[in-house]
Amino acid sequence: MPVTFTVNGTSRTVDVPADMPLLWVLRDVLDMKGTKFGCGIAQCGACTVHLNGAPTRSCQIPAAAISGAKVTTIEGLSPDGNHPLQKAWKELDVPQCGYCQAGQLMSAAALLATTPKPTDAQIDAAMNGNLCRCATYTRIRDGIHKAAGNSRSTSSVGGN
Amino acid sequence: MSLASPIDRRSFLRVSSIAGGGLLLGAWLDFGTNGVLEAQAADIGTHTAGDFSPNAFIRIAPNGAVTIMAKNPEVGQGIKTMLPMLIAEELDVDFSTITIEQAMSDPAKYGTQVAGGSTATPTNWEPLRKAGAAGRQLLIAAAAQTWNVPAAECTTASGVVLHAKSNRQMTYGALTTTAAALPAPDMATVTLKDPKDFRIIGKPMSGVDNQKVVTGQPLFGIDVTVPGMLYATYEKCGVFGGKALSANLDDIKALPGVKNAFILEGGTVLNGLLSGVAILADTWWAAKSARAKLKVTWDEGATAQQSSASFKAKATELFTQAPVRSLRADGDVTAAFASAAKTIEATYEYPFLAHATLEPQNCTASFKDNAIEIWAPTQNPQSGRVLVSKTLGIAEKDIAIHITRSGGGFGRRLNNDYMVEAAMISKVAGVPVKMLWTREDDIKHDFYRPAGFHKLKGAVDASGKVSAWQNHFVTFSNNGTDFVPSADLSPTEFPATSVPNFSVGVSTMPLGVPTGYLRAPGSNALAFVMQSFIDELAHAAKKDPVQFKLDMLAGLPTTAQRGVMVGSRMIGVLEQVAQKSGWGTRKLPKGTGMGVAFHFSHRGYFAEVVEATVTKAGKLTVNKVWAVGDVGSQIINPFGAINQVQGSVLDGISEALAQEITIEGGKTKQNNFNDFPLIRLTQSPVVDVSFRITDNSPTGMGEPALPPVVPALCNAIFAATGKRIRSLPLSKHDLSWT
Repeated sequence: MPVTFTVNGTSRTVDVPADMPLLWVLRDVLDMKGTKFGCGIAQCGACTVHLNGAPTRSCQIPAAAISGAKVTTIEGLSPDGNHPLQKAWKELDVPQCGYCQAGQLMSAAALLATTPKPTDAQIDAAMNGNLCRCATYTRIRDGIHKAAGNSRSTSSVGGN
Repeated sequence: MSLASPIDRRSFLRVSSIAGGGLLLGAWLDFGTNGVLEAQAADIGTHTAGDFSPNAFIRIAPNGAVTIMAKNPEVGQGIKTMLPMLIAEELDVDFSTITIEQAMSDPAKYGTQVAGGSTATPTNWEPLRKAGAAGRQLLIAAAAQTWNVPAAECTTASGVVLHAKSNRQMTYGALTTTAAALPAPDMATVTLKDPKDFRIIGKPMSGVDNQKVVTGQPLFGIDVTVPGMLYATYEKCGVFGGKALSANLDDIKALPGVKNAFILEGGTVLNGLLSGVAILADTWWAAKSARAKLKVTWDEGATAQQSSASFKAKATELFTQAPVRSLRADGDVTAAFASAAKTIEATYEYPFLAHATLEPQNCTASFKDNAIEIWAPTQNPQSGRVLVSKTLGIAEKDIAIHITRSGGGFGRRLNNDYMVEAAMISKVAGVPVKMLWTREDDIKHDFYRPAGFHKLKGAVDASGKVSAWQNHFVTFSNNGTDFVPSADLSPTEFPATSVPNFSVGVSTMPLGVPTGYLRAPGSNALAFVMQSFIDELAHAAKKDPVQFKLDMLAGLPTTAQRGVMVGSRMIGVLEQVAQKSGWGTRKLPKGTGMGVAFHFSHRGYFAEVVEATVTKAGKLTVNKVWAVGDVGSQIINPFGAINQVQGSVLDGISEALAQEITIEGGKTKQNNFNDFPLIRLTQSPVVDVSFRITDNSPTGMGEPALPPVVPALCNAIFAATGKRIRSLPLSKHDLSWT
């Protein structure tokens, strides 16, 4: 079925099966590889995008449900890769393998959009659905605080 | 550039011009004459000199652009950043301006290209610095010749050669033509920097792919696209090694988007091509949707009789008998038990574990005219090449393998089963194929960390020292002699050599379930057993666990021996972690406890303390972990090193908390992250990392920080609750207390 929706500000029309998840529309039809496949059952968060502004597991959204929607993916998080979160991720060397980080960044960006100065508890609530197999959680938390401009020690990144 | 003779491995650098006038330095680095590797390096087996010849790591263009090749697969361990740092340091270029390029699989050119065993640091530490230093030496020689001054009067600074006396300078780019015409330096004359002059090594460097990672650019195997490719899914028998006899292929081929479907016969080797049904479609979603309608008749084979329950029953039965064979026997354990002040016995066990890399297994392959091009997230491309060559019947030279970034490795991608599947599917279908597993495929078709069972007996004498140790280890073997992968126990495993009366024996049972190497293989299970039982002995002796362990380490060798730790190095990290964590100095509320453990693996020394709280109702929280490591004289990239320690520690906690693979009817019961859970942000404690710098050659960081945290956590739970954890995962235990 033909479906028209907006991806990163551009209107796109695709002709796909109605049940094809948005994840695969993005990856295999629109050739946008930034959004990742991890589990297919909304357990890992690797496929997180913004659907009309809300962080959403794209593996669970059928194409039939996205007509007219506004979708933002990691490729559209910033024009130049300089969203405060992206900068913080690079400065703190958050990624290890990096596979989950698009989903982490999209969840974190949605958090900061509504809660510019999140507490640890708010970070917990927003980020607990995003798995990181390398367990970069310490730096993910630090990265969100840094991007938010929170005055918080990054003592976990240091050592001696 | 090609090497005419593979035995040409003299220690020199050859310089040759390449198209475009660049300078290409190919390094022939003889491992045998470097003399930099400690005796521990023998752990990885005999390293033949041919493994490192020839190497080609540096390309400098006339415009000054410097390209450094990253030879090893990047799986999240930071090697694509770290190894080029070694070259850039000695070449003396600005790390932020160079281009780092992932090498293809080409062992003749780059030497061993494996992400495994935490080996990249010890095996590349000197050779890659020498590769950089030789390049710098040639550029200096070229400038000296140009200016007609002694080379010794020239220095370098970030891609420029300087002659201070005459106030002249030339960029590396301006020197490429002259340098390319110079004779190769004798590697023996190539000198390395004094570590105090390091400007790149030792500085925290953010990962070289981070810009691409945070902007979602294609990097991983799953992101590869090849013109004309079809997407494939591959269904294997749930019972390991089962054969596909027939399937409703005509029905499947008629489904929307499906282009082809066929059975692959496969073989019987578990890490080779196994039988299954391939479905090819114009999108992966179409292939996966068709698979939901697939009906296969399987011949499940004998493994269908195996289960976790049957293994446990068999182990229990074997424990009533003497071990089938001895692995080590020192002193006289019988006499020591008879004269002991106190004797304790305990049985420990641990489950199978999956790797669960977040990027599911996948591979893209394009077979044409008896040759194949492969794009694979693999930790060991060369073993994949051998497997594809044998299975498809094509020459190794006709197999080109692009090493993509891997979305996690953890040892899973040392096996290339998914690579040979994609290769064979492409060959049979006659089109380029991108084959992708589902998460369920990944959980159900792993090479699992093997389960294991240990029946232990230990004794302390009147002075409170361990006087006897006896272990009956029940593990897996299909011929009674050779252990299945990662199911062995080294006769040198601690506390061997520390306890005067020491006996370890083994009995085995057959296994049809594939096993393999999970981050810190062997150690990830054995540390739990040994360090927990030592904690039991410490409490039996009424001694402080840290002091008790220091006493055990005091008798160990003071010089490196194959596979045996140097006691003083472990004592150093154990004392430091006790001090950092405030061991024994803080009064903790009831329900909160601290546990300590240490472990030597992959040449690294780690001691860790866990503080954990268990509520009366039994809810466990890991409050904080302190980790102290000794990996030698230099932390090359502090960002990467601390990342690896923090990740390893949390990985170990993740395994301990709730991970278990259960075999039922020869199949894996678990499916996805809902029943094979990974640690989450809210479960992750702060991990305080420090390093004890010692005068030893640097060693690897990917694994050795993992093993101690599992027993340290279990020992903390004992301290908090009085409950001794002798089996994993923790989720199966009632931790409540009154």
